[in-house]
Amino acid sequence: MIVLGLGLLVMLMILSLAGVVVVGGIDLAGLNLGHVVFALQASLMILSALGVIVNRSPIRSALSLVVTLFLLAVMFVSLDAHLVAMLQVIVYAGAIMVLFLFVIMLLNLHEDRPAMVRPGVRGFAGFVGTLFFLGAVHFVMHPLGAAPGAATVPAGFGTIEQLAEQLFTRSLLAFEVTSILLLVAIVGAVVLAKRKLA
Amino acid sequence: MGIEVGIAAIKALIVILMVLSLAGVLGWIERKGSALIQDRIGANRASIFGVAAAGLVNTLMADPLKFLTKEDILPVRADRLLHTLAPCVNLFPVIVAFAAIPFGDAITIGERTVQLQAIPLNVGMLYVLAMMSLGVYGVVLGGWASNDRLSLLGGIRGSAQMISYEIGMGLSIVAMVMTFGTLDLQEMVRAQGHLIGGWLPAWGILYQPLAFLIFLCTGIAESKRVPFDLPEGESELVSGYFTEYSGIKYLMFFMTDFAEVAVVAGLVTTLFFGGWQVPYLMTDGFHFPGGGALLVPRLLVVLLQVAAFMVKVLLFCWLQILMRWTLPRLRYDQLMRFGWKGLLPLSLANVLATATVVLAIGGPA
Repeated sequence: MIVLGLGLLVMLMILSLAGVVVVGGIDLAGLNLGHVVFALQASLMILSALGVIVNRSPIRSALSLVVTLFLLAVMFVSLDAHLVAMLQVIVYAGAIMVLFLFVIMLLNLHEDRPAMVRPGVRGFAGFVGTLFFLGAVHFVMHPLGAAPGAATVPAGFGTIEQLAEQLFTRSLLAFEVTSILLLVAIVGAVVLAKRKLA
Repeated sequence: MGIEVGIAAIKALIVILMVLSLAGVLGWIERKGSALIQDRIGANRASIFGVAAAGLVNTLMADPLKFLTKEDILPVRADRLLHTLAPCVNLFPVIVAFAAIPFGDAITIGERTVQLQAIPLNVGMLYVLAMMSLGVYGVVLGGWASNDRLSLLGGIRGSAQMISYEIGMGLSIVAMVMTFGTLDLQEMVRAQGHLIGGWLPAWGILYQPLAFLIFLCTGIAESKRVPFDLPEGESELVSGYFTEYSGIKYLMFFMTDFAEVAVVAGLVTTLFFGGWQVPYLMTDGFHFPGGGALLVPRLLVVLLQVAAFMVKVLLFCWLQILMRWTLPRLRYDQLMRFGWKGLLPLSLANVLATATVVLAIGGPA
């Protein structure tokens, strides 16, 4: 646990450095600093993702998930998808995970509760997980399409203008349907909560 | 390449130093200001050879030294790791949030154009919002890791309040984004450079007075200051989420408070008061509406603009401090009602009205 915590601290420091370099709009291809940032980010992300499932304390698990989501945003930034990165932080790291923590704090969950899982289920989950992992390894080794190679990023890629154009022309229907779905979910949540109160 | 990295690093350093020194100076302004408001002397105990320098020795030298050398007390059964991590997690997002706020126009050094902004970002406004939304973790962690009921209450209050007011803040910013037609903070400041009718600076507050009021309210609520300081609530919760902190960790919570004041002031300046713009100051000097002109060298123009930004930021910091020592604290139900039933519908209506106007005149201002 202490090691994980120290990892988090070191990561915060490295991220602040990497953030300046990557977000600063500096072309790192010549310096190969991009690879360094990716290696750091990816390895820390795997560590924090492991932290989500390894930690006994629910609040630490949730925090590890926050770190994982934040690092995912860093990955989006290094892929020039600045808007997606910011939305990732605002929506997932900044809002949804706060609600998770809020619930954990309100329920006052403490660590070291024995897992309520039967051994058979655990074995099955392990089997499925292993299958998925092997599948992922297979696709990394033998990608379906041609290897992307040194693809060039078109000008204005990842800007909010381009994304908005795609969203409001090609994907307009999906966008509107999603917003209605969210509205229904909000109304449903209010109805359920009110029924309990009455 | 090396020069680019160097420039980025220098700009990052400038921003970090700016926020940290602002936080320190604000600590002094708050203590001397509160003394002024309450008709007492205040912050004058420490001096070097009898020189107290109006309390500067006390607040900028004696107090930090005291905090640094104090014992770090960890409550029994507290989570040692999270207890230590909380003040860091609290301070980090506030400092980096300032990075997207432009403090001057672009300058040209040799063949290079350097934006006076640590990270020139196409989605700068969202970046600031994202970082501010991370600020809640320090509060939650501080409250949780202390293993104390008062801290926990403070943490829960803080997270509920920050989530609630984030929405109103976001919507007031949406109205500004529609007005200027960009999310780039530097572009927003540039858009405020022209004159309405040849004499009135086109600052954001003239287009969006309501958004300004909503933003100021939600900004103060996000920085958890009076009248929204229920997470701290010293008359009920001792010190709220940082009750169980001492020494340097306590100082970090304290600094976060002032750094948040500075960030809110920086955002208010950038969005509503022309950022680094000085009225009638163009790239080559002053051009007054009467027709008179006063040409100024380029370097002086840039320096004037940076100074104008700092003056505006300090003014809005002072406004927040003045409010803190003037207003009483809201009750919790008042706080929630004000946020959800007052500010939220108001900001939604503002967004709707702005959208209608933008559509009617066929584009952003």
